[in-house]
Amino acid sequence: MIPRNLAANPRLSHWVSVRPDGTVDVRCGKVELGQGILTALAQIAADELDVAYDRIRMVPATTDSSPDEGLTAGSRSIEDSGAALRQVGAEVRAVFLAAAAKVLDSSELSVVDGLINDTVSYWDLLDDVDLDVEATGAVEPKPVAERKVMGTSPGRLDIPDKVYGRARFIHDLSLPGMLYGRAVRPPSRGATLVSLDTSKAAELDGVVEIVRDGDFLGVIADREETAVRAAGLLRCEWAERDSLPDVDAMPEFLMSRRTEDVTIVDESTSDDAVTTVAATYSRPYLSHASMAPSCGVARWDGDKLELWTHSQGLHPLRLDICRSLGVAIDQVTLHHVEGAGAYGHNGADDAAFDAVLLARAVNGRPVQVVWSRADELGWAPFGAAMAVHIEADLDAVGEVVAWRHDLYSNGHVSRPGFFAAPALLGSQLRTGTPPPVSMDPPFANGGGSERNSVPLYTFPGQRITKHRLLEMPLRTSSLRALGAYANVFAIESFVDELAFRAGVDPVRYRLRHLSDERARAVITAAADAAGWSRRGEGWGFAFARYSHHGAYCAVVAEVEAETSVRVKRLTLAVDAGAVVSPDGLRNQVEGGAIQSTSWTVKEQVRFDRSRVTSTDWESYPILRFSEVPEVEVVIVDRPDRPSLGAGETAQGPTAAAIANALHSALDVRVRDLPLTPAAIIAAL
Amino acid sequence: MSDETFRLLVNGAEVTVEADRDTPLLYALRNQLGLKGTRFGCGLGLCGSCNVLVDGRVVHSCDTPLWSVDGKAVRTVEGLGDSPLQRAMIDEQAAQCGYCVSGVVMTATALLARNSCPSECEVREALDGNLCRCGAHNRMVRAVLQASQIEAAQ
Ligand code: FES
Ligand code: FES
Repeated sequence: MIPRNLAANPRLSHWVSVRPDGTVDVRCGKVELGQGILTALAQIAADELDVAYDRIRMVPATTDSSPDEGLTAGSRSIEDSGAALRQVGAEVRAVFLAAAAKVLDSSELSVVDGLINDTVSYWDLLDDVDLDVEATGAVEPKPVAERKVMGTSPGRLDIPDKVYGRARFIHDLSLPGMLYGRAVRPPSRGATLVSLDTSKAAELDGVVEIVRDGDFLGVIADREETAVRAAGLLRCEWAERDSLPDVDAMPEFLMSRRTEDVTIVDESTSDDAVTTVAATYSRPYLSHASMAPSCGVARWDGDKLELWTHSQGLHPLRLDICRSLGVAIDQVTLHHVEGAGAYGHNGADDAAFDAVLLARAVNGRPVQVVWSRADELGWAPFGAAMAVHIEADLDAVGEVVAWRHDLYSNGHVSRPGFFAAPALLGSQLRTGTPPPVSMDPPFANGGGSERNSVPLYTFPGQRITKHRLLEMPLRTSSLRALGAYANVFAIESFVDELAFRAGVDPVRYRLRHLSDERARAVITAAADAAGWSRRGEGWGFAFARYSHHGAYCAVVAEVEAETSVRVKRLTLAVDAGAVVSPDGLRNQVEGGAIQSTSWTVKEQVRFDRSRVTSTDWESYPILRFSEVPEVEVVIVDRPDRPSLGAGETAQGPTAAAIANALHSALDVRVRDLPLTPAAIIAAL
Repeated sequence: MSDETFRLLVNGAEVTVEADRDTPLLYALRNQLGLKGTRFGCGLGLCGSCNVLVDGRVVHSCDTPLWSVDGKAVRTVEGLGDSPLQRAMIDEQAAQCGYCVSGVVMTATALLARNSCPSECEVREALDGNLCRCGAHNRMVRAVLQASQIEAAQ
């Protein structure tokens, strides 16, 4: 069988080249976002090729020579790219074996680290093989038991560079003749430029260009500090208007708008309910809040454009740039260079386009644009605010006989390349066009706002409806886990409420309503590891399987709470199928749990009626070292099952486990995130 | 902006930098001296990504003007050689994206210099000005503790 991403890029030479020096170049369309994906894919390739792991060189993606694998998103890289590389590895190995059979005149062949029958190596055979052929699907990848690199935890390929401070990030690029650019943003959404005085900025020594293109503004200078200073010296007068809702009444706002309504599941029937219980949960807009502000580097040579970016999707970004500027695809080359962790669609694409627009003013010279912290927190797309209303009909003995889940949200995707309207911030500013109202990926691919809205529990009579807003006060796009964070928070809080109502232990209540064996196993594993049976006050539990296709995750949270909540310990159990790298998996799940803790207890994008006001680390605080809980991750290994994406699986259950723990500590339900002292006091 | 000449001792080597006196040390290190290991995160002294040591003390290089470090000794992540702390960071795989790592390493280096055997609590407190968005905190704390034990054993 030929995996999907290989079918789309069938030439073996597109993926793998063996070099005369005995190293192996592996190209894939997935990009490193700090999640360790390239290391995991290198492990898979090494296994199937039968070469040592340290012979593999993962080549950064470019539009020139890497396979097009779409976006690096949705925890699908291991499932999709991993499957493709496994098949490619097996077929490339077979091509070399066929050549060796001729050279050695033998059909009894074995390979150890690229050396066949102790005699001839892959790199000796380069003249005898042609990898410029299409995959056939006729070769079977290795059975699980024969994989050697998979299931081990080799050190991540990128970590030494980062620990020794080597130039590795896009911010560290330094191209010959490179200039420094800064974009200057309006103070608020929909503001229009009334007047501009560039004289002060232009007087500065070292300012090369001041660019105005519609309401897109920027400066270019020969030094970074000059660009920063010049950006601050542009005298702009903007006409602003109120366009934002009341930040403290978001659920009401979301639930009263014009929406597109989609029924996700409808199994409702008439029932003999005697009571209905209901609750509404919400989360605010969240910022990706990468540690590095977004960055892009662009150079025009005549009408050819070269662009360095940390985008999650080179090809879609290229398409949008070409559409926006009316240039042909083959004039534009993109290279991926690592940025800081992005956790979804942050400002990376927009910063790339800023660089493209600025570099046009200095044809022939590269321009590097780095966003300010304020722009990163204020202008990158946000994770959508959401409200979730759940109702359960209960029969005379308190069993659920109907379950209704209504979610209200903006869409979770406004990425470039998917809309006719300009999806890049710079493009919106220069043409005076509002951003396209964000959409959701199809439910078959996990959906967006409705991700994880269908509980795995065996409740009958489920009706799940999504209400996607048709207006968008703040630009929203993919943030780690998309709608799963709020949906799981709501479902798992509500299940906890039902368990309390029924007077049943929350773990036992969940098990009672789950038939999926793997779900039951992670729940039991987490409860056992944490010592749930000996729990005291301040303990909470939650569970979900990410996006119906991904990893299973159960979380036990222990908190201390009075008027604020301090998360002391998280114990997570995860079933991600066959584990490629146990430490890589642990690192992702640990990090996801800590980030989710931060979202859950601290984070909220703040704004007044026109401006986003949470634009630095004081107004948008995130979890600090002294506030980070102890985290233990238990892996439920399934070597015989396909590997499942796990980068987002901890987000939802962690939130609900903390909220449930807070309830256990203080006997209050806080249903609107974040669980700040103000929210807790209001609930008390 | 007019250039002046500043003399610094950077990672043990004497260097001169020609720049405006208010230029942040960070940009001089990264763009003039090519020491890209010190990262820009906020420019406001609020995240610790840009931390370096000046005469042994941790400073935010993003809001430290050049004039204030004239004649002083600056140490950056590139100047640590291959410290036990860095080896412990690799051993613990103490990073995800790794963008915060240089700043964390510098802060922790200063901590270990003044307190060779810190408690976990002291490590966390010392690192409270360093933000990490990926959630690699606990691994980094373990790495610092591991390094302190290695140094104690030597
Ligand atoms: S960049 Fe200096 S403290 Fe954030
Ligand atoms: S490892 Fe990514 S910010 Fe710390």
